[in-house]
Amino acid sequence: MSTNSAAQAQAAAQKSARRLPPELNIFLVLIGIALVYEVLGWIFVGQSFLMNTQRLTIIILQVAVIGIIAVGVTQVIITGGIDLSSGSVVGMTAMFSASLAQASTWPRALYPSLTDLPVIVPLAVGIGVGLLAGIINGQLIARTKIPPFIATLGMMVSARGMSKWYTKGQPVSGLTEQFTFIGTGIWPVVIFLVVAVIFHIALRYTRYGKFTYAIGANVQAARVSGINVESHLVKVYAIAGALAGLAGVVTAARAQTAQAGMGVMYELDAIAATVIGGTSLAGGVGRITGTVIGTVILGVMTSGFTFLRVDAYYQEIVKGVIIVAAVVVDVYRQKKRKT
Amino acid sequence: MVSPTTMAAVRASGAIPNAEYLLSAEGIRKEFPGVVALDDVEFKLKRGSVHALMGENGAGKSTLMKILAGIYTPDQGEVLLKGQKIRLQSPLDALENGIAMIHQELNLMPFMTVAENIWIRREPKNRFGFVDHGEMNRKTAALFKRLNITMDPETQVRDLSVANRQMVEIAKAVSYESDVLIMDEPTSALTEREVAHLFTIIRDLRSQGIGIVYITHKMNELFEIADEFSVFRDGKYIGTHASSDVTRDDIIRMMVGREITQMFPKEDVPIGDVVLSVKDLSLKGVFHDVSFDVRAGEILGIAGLVGSGRSNVAEAIFGVVPATSGTISIHGKEVDIDSPNTAIRHRMAFLTEDRKETGCLLILDILENMQIAVLQDRFVKGGFVSEGELAKVCEEMSRKLRVKTPNLSERIENLSGGNQQKVLIGRWLLTNPRILILDEPTRGIDVGAKAEIHRFVTELARDGVAVIMISSEMPEVLGMSDRVMVMHEGRVTGFLDRAEATQIKVMELAAQ
Repeated sequence: MSTNSAAQAQAAAQKSARRLPPELNIFLVLIGIALVYEVLGWIFVGQSFLMNTQRLTIIILQVAVIGIIAVGVTQVIITGGIDLSSGSVVGMTAMFSASLAQASTWPRALYPSLTDLPVIVPLAVGIGVGLLAGIINGQLIARTKIPPFIATLGMMVSARGMSKWYTKGQPVSGLTEQFTFIGTGIWPVVIFLVVAVIFHIALRYTRYGKFTYAIGANVQAARVSGINVESHLVKVYAIAGALAGLAGVVTAARAQTAQAGMGVMYELDAIAATVIGGTSLAGGVGRITGTVIGTVILGVMTSGFTFLRVDAYYQEIVKGVIIVAAVVVDVYRQKKRKT
Repeated sequence: MVSPTTMAAVRASGAIPNAEYLLSAEGIRKEFPGVVALDDVEFKLKRGSVHALMGENGAGKSTLMKILAGIYTPDQGEVLLKGQKIRLQSPLDALENGIAMIHQELNLMPFMTVAENIWIRREPKNRFGFVDHGEMNRKTAALFKRLNITMDPETQVRDLSVANRQMVEIAKAVSYESDVLIMDEPTSALTEREVAHLFTIIRDLRSQGIGIVYITHKMNELFEIADEFSVFRDGKYIGTHASSDVTRDDIIRMMVGREITQMFPKEDVPIGDVVLSVKDLSLKGVFHDVSFDVRAGEILGIAGLVGSGRSNVAEAIFGVVPATSGTISIHGKEVDIDSPNTAIRHRMAFLTEDRKETGCLLILDILENMQIAVLQDRFVKGGFVSEGELAKVCEEMSRKLRVKTPNLSERIENLSGGNQQKVLIGRWLLTNPRILILDEPTRGIDVGAKAEIHRFVTELARDGVAVIMISSEMPEVLGMSDRVMVMHEGRVTGFLDRAEATQIKVMELAAQ
């Protein structure tokens, strides 16, 4: 019996050793980056980077929208796919929802008869339009078998076109206070975290989650095991679309206006946050917790550069390097664990 | 110690030291984190002979082979090439020293021609420095003539059958003027006729003085082609013998270190009512008018050569690629099976032929692999998986099937083939099937695990499950089945009862 319990203890130790690292490593990277800024801050700027609640709040606030998108993108990437359309969907849903959130006091409302609507209407329209874009992505990928890269690239271009066509390029302003409230204060962060918690639970503890990982790990084996791969993929892309729609609403609310150019490049930031967070582009591996940390890393990086007064041009150059470095480190870690 | 480049130079000069053994290894030890893969292993390959490596999965034969081919470097011990100590640093190093390896997963570039694949890195050039395709094709044709291969050098590799790809690999190895050829289970995807051709080529190469290291799980091949064989067990060298000196049982005993009293524990169990009835099932261009019944407790074996449509029939019944005409009835009621999902709802289960491609979720753990099919309709409440309950059921299943693993959170890719197969069998047993289709259930699996799998199948039949078992291994089909259905080129050519089924009768029907 004692050997049995020893074996169990060993098994438990192995289990925790294997279960912990993914997020832990990324978290250490986050701490590392923050500490580097802290030290550089004292040397070059003469103040603390971390001991500033306001800065920390802004860091998260800035990336909340990216985070909301990244939660959806993570699920898509776990299935082995990719979603390039989320940035454009943000622009499109920002325009659509803002046009139904205009106040009657605004003289140039897009729909003069549809002003002062309850906030639920623009919110639902934003999420709904995003959902629709996601369903189209999913149907294209599942039924026609074209690569996700191409399907969502098409959506990326078309959705951007839609957002420009909608008002012929004019911004949509004069939004109700009810609507802009969504984007004020800490609300975007709250929305991001709620979304993250919901989908963390969905991925870890529901059948939806198990099937998502199975499809990413081996789509043929998943099909033979009875998973309806097509309809599941539509679900995953629909969720990613809906979350991009939600991000669009938040973006418009936060800016108190909507413009056709909103969300440009957001899809790439979201993919970067996901990948930094340990999700494998090959599919089957990834967690929302990692993505949340990855998102914060992106925020810390940007905010740290500004804090250190690094030229904006350098910022982008270094950001690219860090994204690649994060993945290189991850690849090495995977290799090491395998042998 | 002679450096590989010096050896290559010596070789090129034609002054080959005339050693007794072409290639030998002494005192080889190789450790991987947590495992000793090889411990004090020796190996000697004679000139002009075929030397088989035998052993259960995990015995260490692949590790040894990889050391000989320069893929791994040994921690201890020496490799001698024609009596000279040598330390190979890479597969390319090995190749330039005349040691070529033909992998189980063929390493050819599908969108390039046969000739381009063979001469890659050594393309003949014209005077402008461009590749001289004419010359390359001529050289390929000459090579093929020497090996008795009929193939157009300009065919794209992706258009070739597995057997022909294998021929290209062999031709490529020969083109390096290799003295040693290492073949890793070369016949696992070949039909009988292709195997015969392969063996002719091997004999031809042998007569030219080439030494061949041949890895196989198939006992009859050993007797047919190998001059000598070495047995390994748990990383240790057991012995080398001439294959004419031993019997099949001797070898099995050496491999497992114990007597296998009953290879096929088939029991006679009461056979019940017809569970699955297939009528005139056809898939256009693949198989035609296949009809058969399977009863509760019955094991129906399906024999036939690779390409006879056996697996396609199984895929059609399970809805992976639904049939274009014909009917499937379960317990007398006609059903429309349009996807594996529907098949599972009718309590069917299908262990596919290719563990890696259509079975394992390689990067996921054992638990995740085992539970995926049963989640379709059980252990889920309101979308949430009942983790605790399911984990317990999976633990129990894994114990029952004797999956060798410290715990279920081990990734399935870290398990041996036999244990992976047990996990996949567990996946299907959890769904409590009444019809179980097994496609090559023991391919590439060591003898011990094989016997265990046969026992589970027997037990399932005893519990009243209707079993369909496809197998290329004749002893398996004959040993396990109550009835054998034989297919040839997409058609059923006959049924044989257990009593009348013999290897010869099956072959007659399979190869008409």
